[in-house]
Amino acid sequence: MGLSLSQFFTIVVGFTLVNNFILSRFLGLCPFINSSDRTDKAFGMGTAVVFVMALASFVTHLLYTQVLRADAPLVASLLPEAIRPYGLDPILRTASYILVIACLVQLVETFMRKSIPALYRSLGIFLPLITTNCAVLGVTLINTSDAPEQISLLAATLQGLFGGVGFTFAMLLMSGIRERIALVNVPTPLRGAPIAFICTGLMALAFLGFAGMA
Amino acid sequence: MLREFTKGFISRNPTFVLMVGICPTLATTSAVQNALAMGGAATAVLVCSNMMISLIRNFIPRGVRLGCYIVVIAAFVTIVELWMKALLSPEINEALGIFIPLIVVNCIIIYRAEDFASKYGVLPSALDGLGMGAGFTCSLTLIALIRESLGAGSLLGLKLSTAFAPAAVLGLAPGAFLTLGLLLGFFKMLGMRKKAAEVR
Repeated sequence: MGLSLSQFFTIVVGFTLVNNFILSRFLGLCPFINSSDRTDKAFGMGTAVVFVMALASFVTHLLYTQVLRADAPLVASLLPEAIRPYGLDPILRTASYILVIACLVQLVETFMRKSIPALYRSLGIFLPLITTNCAVLGVTLINTSDAPEQISLLAATLQGLFGGVGFTFAMLLMSGIRERIALVNVPTPLRGAPIAFICTGLMALAFLGFAGMA
Repeated sequence: MLREFTKGFISRNPTFVLMVGICPTLATTSAVQNALAMGGAATAVLVCSNMMISLIRNFIPRGVRLGCYIVVIAAFVTIVELWMKALLSPEINEALGIFIPLIVVNCIIIYRAEDFASKYGVLPSALDGLGMGAGFTCSLTLIALIRESLGAGSLLGLKLSTAFAPAAVLGLAPGAFLTLGLLLGFFKMLGMRKKAAEVR
């Protein structure tokens, strides 16, 4: 269960910089392009994503180790003989994860509206969009892939948390660039999304440099 | 009826016009065979989920419709995922990785369910899914053709020419973003030219 300091830093650097969800794993591009035109919007979206990614990583890791995996303690004895060697994982992983994420998002939204209305007013509109953010489903699938070995619950939650931090980091950088681009004379066909993608490409080129740190 | 099929290719192309489903578009286009596999998987899910949702559209209460769509889509994605693991080579499955289960959150599929299949009959919905899926596959293949031929100097794994050194960066993440950005700009320019010609 414990996590050594070097493992901790591997997760921090690996998930925020080296394997940044947007710039090297291609996850979560729709919100990245759609909400990165202003810094406050980017920050709101990023914060909501960090929150949901950490929470979703925690819950799906428990779900995977306790229910879905072939040697899961809770259900292994209940399954019919034919599928016991595989567990519920191959058939129920995708469906159960997406339901967990949808429920979590709903829960967070309800909780925020009742207890922290100020935060809800600034983040609320981003929450429903997060259900279909592939960075969230992506990190839960990466956390529970068993390759090369199953990571601990703490490591999974940290991977979700710092994956979200990396996402927010890229969003903030991009919103800064796009606020400047709005002021310059870009050739008409490239305005909007095309120039955003080209800038992202240049950012990704810079982030390739972090690969040496791995 | 035929229009439901053809609109996915040019006028409402999912990648270059609607700009949905960008993550798999970039992640699976470093080689043409991966792009074709991804396009095929997405098309199969799209056709099946469109037909199913069109069949049950009158029984779903409006308040919970998105949840119902996601469950239907997740079921078909699981079927396609297990199928691909059984049929395709391990290298393709390795390259597509988590992007097959991620078809669940691909915006094209939920968008077509909400925008089309929940309003029309089974046959038009199937054609719509097939056309959109084919349009998606064509866009993926176009990007993959550029990235594989210039980035790896090969096509479908075959070496093209030894005369030039391939620009490896096109096969990596930055090349994907650059290629998509330039292609989007190119198609937007063509659209603007066409509109200007019509005005004249």
